[in-house]
Amino acid sequence: MGQTTLNMHPGAGKGGPTPPSHKDLYAKRQNIYPKLAHGKFRMVKWVVMAATLAVYYLLPWLRWDRGEGIPNQAVLADFESEKFYFFFIEIWPQDIHFLAGLLILASLVLFLITSLLGRVWCGYTCPQTVWTDLYIWVERAFEGDRAARMRLDHAPWSFNKAWRKLGKHTIWLVIAFWTGGAFILYWHDAPSVAQGWFTGEAPLSAYWFAAILTMTTYFLAGWMREQVCTYMCPWPRIQGALTDEYALNVTYRYDRGEPRGPKRKTESWDDRGDCIDCDQCVQVCPVGIDIRDGAQLECIHCALCIDACDQMMTKIGRPTGLIAYDTDVAVTARANHQTPPKFKILRTRTILYAVLISAIGALIVWGLATKATIEANVLKDRSPPFVQLSSGDIQNGYTLKLVNKLSEPRTMVVSITGIEGLNYSVIGFDHDSAEPLELPVEPFGVDRYRILVTAPQGAPQRQITISVRDTESGETDTNRAAFRGPN
Amino acid sequence: MTDEIKDIDEHSGIETTGHSWDGIKELNNPLPRWWLIVWYVCIGWAVIYMILMPAIPALPGLGTNTTGLRNHSDRDLVAVAIADLQTARVAQSASLLGASLEEIETDRELQQFALAMGESLFGDNCATCHGAGGRGAVGYPMLADDVWLWDGTLDGIEYTLRHGIRHEDDLDTRFSLMPAFGRDNLMSSDQIDGLTQYVLKLSEQSHDAEEAESVAELFQQQCSACHGPTGIGDRLQGAPNLTDSEWLYGGSERAIHDTIYDARNSHMPAWQDRLDDASIKALAVYVHTLGGGE
Repeated sequence: MGQTTLNMHPGAGKGGPTPPSHKDLYAKRQNIYPKLAHGKFRMVKWVVMAATLAVYYLLPWLRWDRGEGIPNQAVLADFESEKFYFFFIEIWPQDIHFLAGLLILASLVLFLITSLLGRVWCGYTCPQTVWTDLYIWVERAFEGDRAARMRLDHAPWSFNKAWRKLGKHTIWLVIAFWTGGAFILYWHDAPSVAQGWFTGEAPLSAYWFAAILTMTTYFLAGWMREQVCTYMCPWPRIQGALTDEYALNVTYRYDRGEPRGPKRKTESWDDRGDCIDCDQCVQVCPVGIDIRDGAQLECIHCALCIDACDQMMTKIGRPTGLIAYDTDVAVTARANHQTPPKFKILRTRTILYAVLISAIGALIVWGLATKATIEANVLKDRSPPFVQLSSGDIQNGYTLKLVNKLSEPRTMVVSITGIEGLNYSVIGFDHDSAEPLELPVEPFGVDRYRILVTAPQGAPQRQITISVRDTESGETDTNRAAFRGPN
Repeated sequence: MTDEIKDIDEHSGIETTGHSWDGIKELNNPLPRWWLIVWYVCIGWAVIYMILMPAIPALPGLGTNTTGLRNHSDRDLVAVAIADLQTARVAQSASLLGASLEEIETDRELQQFALAMGESLFGDNCATCHGAGGRGAVGYPMLADDVWLWDGTLDGIEYTLRHGIRHEDDLDTRFSLMPAFGRDNLMSSDQIDGLTQYVLKLSEQSHDAEEAESVAELFQQQCSACHGPTGIGDRLQGAPNLTDSEWLYGGSERAIHDTIYDARNSHMPAWQDRLDDASIKALAVYVHTLGGGE
């Protein structure tokens, strides 16, 4: 089942799909002139476009008070102080595994949604889709709808053609510039970098990234469009493994549509399909395919052909839904005159994804809730690995890095255990081993201390335990390190 | 192969170059337009670059390379960067100069700065002989333990750094000279063999007691002036302790014999002419904290 069924159902096309010829594979790209569709999915796409663009452009301007001396930007990847701020979450370089967790979570959610609803990510929310849609909207505003655009492109150069093309590209570049510019805001304090950008005071990297993203936006959304999805994006290729015959996909119901063909007024609907071959589904398609050929790699499942077909079906007085979100099993069953099975949300793979999502989500929440505010890292001297003192005692040197993730200075007590008769001292501190050793750590600071640990001659080589405890909160971090000697 | 008749490939309908290799012909496709545009832009850029930047090397008769309108020089930029670095360090270097070595070691901020500075200086200048982390090598003392030939205090280490050991051009250098008893015919072979056993005995290694006893008087006459009557050495003269298990040149019978025969007088350069005062102070603190500072 699976891919074979999806691609090669019996009703596909007139006489079925033909294998690509040598020449087809090397054909030049044909320009696609998507026609404006009207309907509920087009409306959903407008809303999603407005919402995602609003989030992208406005999010960096959102403020979030964190206290004195800390950036008050809600979402900020602050490279200079090596912190990532996301509302109430603050990620240090040491917490980078949260980012990995988040990426794993995001891909699992994508897997789950794909196995339920097909490529809704591609069709509605992918930046490539959103910006391409926006660019086509601009194109339509300057050059008109499909037929007018085709006429204009084939017409010789004239003033009319020139100003329309110029206007379109100008607005495209302006949008591209705002897109590249808004990206910068996520990496610096938005108001100051936005101001500095225009007065020439922003960091050089800001100009570079703005320029690069302006160009990528302009070319990817304006010129390359569906080629990005078809040739560059790995996601369509992974689809084969993620979707199955039980997932909802934008589907041409060939059981109802075939045999297709233009219909004369006098002709009866008996003995023929509902598809009148009006070509509307092809004309609105932003990737230039015919959905009636079945599920295909190029299809981003934007559902605009559903809108186009529904509109036509209403016009000719037939039920809507000739093209609709449907599962392959349902269409196959109807084609064989069986009752189509109900859409199943609970399937092995969806349950598995849901379980994984909950597990990893819970792990991240638990991790964030119990995130340590102190951290001790012990690095043993590698050279020399150990030293024998004149008394015969064995000495090992360590570097202790103490991290304080809070905004106030703290005092931490160090204790080292693991070998009988062990003694330790910290360079710069007069210390008697009988008493606890207290070390100050600066607010939001990483302090380094050099520790010398000595053990009596003949002490075994083994792990020692270096634990650090906050004197006030009692929070503890324990590290183990090797103690080396000649024995 | 004539110029007039175009050879058209029958499959693609594209003209060929006319060349044929074992029947394989090459299509004469035009270069892709985007590639040509990029190529022309690169040529234009190269011309602009040659005008603005140094581009043509010093040719005979030209004297120097072309400097370009921007008068760019990487060498000058490095000089500027070094000057900037020194300016940036002035405050902290000054604080190192203004503080005593003890103050530097106990003040958190000064200590961190001195250790960071000392670590890189040590890696650049000292680790070649003394090893990474001051682990030492045969002939080059370990700096991470508490055995010191001359002085292991902060001030003592700074003095050694400044003046070196047996450094000929420095009058204040730490100096002592052990005679080459064998090479200069100051002792007979038997005496040297005996003293070898005596030193083995001092350091509690297996030895020939009878032979060692025979040179007890000789040791007091020849060696005790520097190494002490009991062999515990003398820091004032850089004479090592012979009773412990630390050996700069090895503690085997063979190594001890060679030391007595040939003497070992190793050198360390004086660094005060090569490093500035702040660097020497930072190095002194760094070496002192390696593990055995006194």
